[in-house]
Amino acid sequence: MSSVPALVVDNLRKTYGNGVQALKGVSLTVQPGDFFALLGPNGAGKSTLIGILSSLVNASGGDAQVFGVSVNRQRNEAMRLIGLVPQEINFNQFEKPFDICVNEAGFYGIPRRIAAERAEKYLKELRLWDKAQHQARMLSGGMKRRLMIARAMMNEPRLLILDEPTAGVDIEIRRSMWQFVSGINAAGTTVILTTHYLEEAEQLCRNIAIIDHGTIVENTSMKQLLAKLDVETFVLDVAQVPDGLPQLPGVALRRLDERTLEAEMARTHDLNSLFAALTAHGVTVTSMRNKTNRLEELFVRLVEQGRHGQEQAA
Amino acid sequence: MSNAAANLVALNTLVRREIVRILRIWTQTLIPPAITMTLYFVIFGKLIGSRIGVMHGGFSYMQYLAPGLVMMSIITNSYGNISSSFFGAKFSRAVEEMLVSPMPDWVILTGYVAGAVARGVVVGMLVLGIALFFTSLHIAHPLITLAAVLLGSVIFSLAGFVNAVYAKKFDDIALVPTFILTPLTYLGGVFYSIEMLGEPWQTISRINPILYMVNAFRYGVLGVSDVHVGWAFVVMLVFVVALSAFGLQLLKRGVGLRS
Repeated sequence: MSSVPALVVDNLRKTYGNGVQALKGVSLTVQPGDFFALLGPNGAGKSTLIGILSSLVNASGGDAQVFGVSVNRQRNEAMRLIGLVPQEINFNQFEKPFDICVNEAGFYGIPRRIAAERAEKYLKELRLWDKAQHQARMLSGGMKRRLMIARAMMNEPRLLILDEPTAGVDIEIRRSMWQFVSGINAAGTTVILTTHYLEEAEQLCRNIAIIDHGTIVENTSMKQLLAKLDVETFVLDVAQVPDGLPQLPGVALRRLDERTLEAEMARTHDLNSLFAALTAHGVTVTSMRNKTNRLEELFVRLVEQGRHGQEQAA
Repeated sequence: MSNAAANLVALNTLVRREIVRILRIWTQTLIPPAITMTLYFVIFGKLIGSRIGVMHGGFSYMQYLAPGLVMMSIITNSYGNISSSFFGAKFSRAVEEMLVSPMPDWVILTGYVAGAVARGVVVGMLVLGIALFFTSLHIAHPLITLAAVLLGSVIFSLAGFVNAVYAKKFDDIALVPTFILTPLTYLGGVFYSIEMLGEPWQTISRINPILYMVNAFRYGVLGVSDVHVGWAFVVMLVFVVALSAFGLQLLKRGVGLRS
């Protein structure tokens, strides 16, 4: 595998005409073969960053290199290496999925015969082959999302960028999409993913960057990031919440309603003492679950910390 | 694959897609202009024209009118095709398919222009075919005719492209044809010879670029023109170069396309 990074973003800045500073000097590196999560709240700068990488947005400063090729100086060469699945549906809905894919390949200079073979391959893999000759507007929302993935694969990119590809997609289709993307990642394609479904990012991605207010607030491996989470919150379904709750050192126990308790505790704290105290109080726990997924909890904390820091600086 | 070969594939793809679009919506792209021009031939050519008498060069009014109407169809359909197709791609964001691809700007511009010229030429041939039901025409200078068709069509394709780039809503692509293109076409010698006008209208008419396109084509078909045919081609070439450079500059800067 190549030792050249799949993506180097170097001090990328973007200020829109209305004065909004969407990116304030973003730098990050994505290694070849990585499955990389780019997370951030709405308006954080994710789509602007992806827009610059795919040349839909003109950067105000800085540069990005895709496998060593500058997006600014060698745009056309850089674009040959990228496949983009955008957030919004952006194909002609009156065209057929097969034609959409074949035409996209044509724009990359891929001859029609090869393009037709690839269109069949990817439409089949994404379970759209039976709709290949229907007008795209007749497809469901999930099918349209899969069509955009098939289209992005037509140039067989070395770097695939997925901008919230599963927004509004049902769980079954989401799983099949991740199966497909995991497969192409395993075959060597570097994948950058933005998503609001943080459990997806946690399961799929090896490295992560969190962006907020146009700056990177965290950039590390998923393992290292999750290791930072020192507190977990559990939701306990109980037979009946007693009047007085047991006091346990290191555990904040709260009553949510008559049949639900919430326990926030250090990750190092054992659950046995919690159950023992609840049993001693005559509380029967019928089921238990994490309040949020781990990454979600970290994400919220990091973004809140960043905002708190900015408010203090202001 | 070399860059040149890849660009050729991209250009071929874009032109093919545009032609497929024209044929897919043929009831909107090909039939309406044919019906409109048939009405022009019947009303202006047959009913009113028979009372006008002999025109410049000794031709009947119907013979004089036919090249003007053919050229008018070509330029309005070239303009309409590219402005609606490119703005439609912008509106649906399908234009991003091209913007994120490695296609150079000149391929995008040439592809759209070629598609618009294809529609202009097909409509022009349909109108010419209709004209032959009403009168007889013998093309005096085939090469000049062909050159005038292509240059006129390219100019209005490029103008339509510029309009589509700046347009923010569908109304914006109707404004220019309604308030600029149609008046200039009607005053550009389609229906009459400017020799019929007194001064200062004859001189003012010479500022209208459409006059040169219509007369270059009329010279090609009939061998008569209100303007010197050499000047007509100079004017057309200047427009082609200026509008091409402007269109490419708009694409390079990403006006209305990239943030």
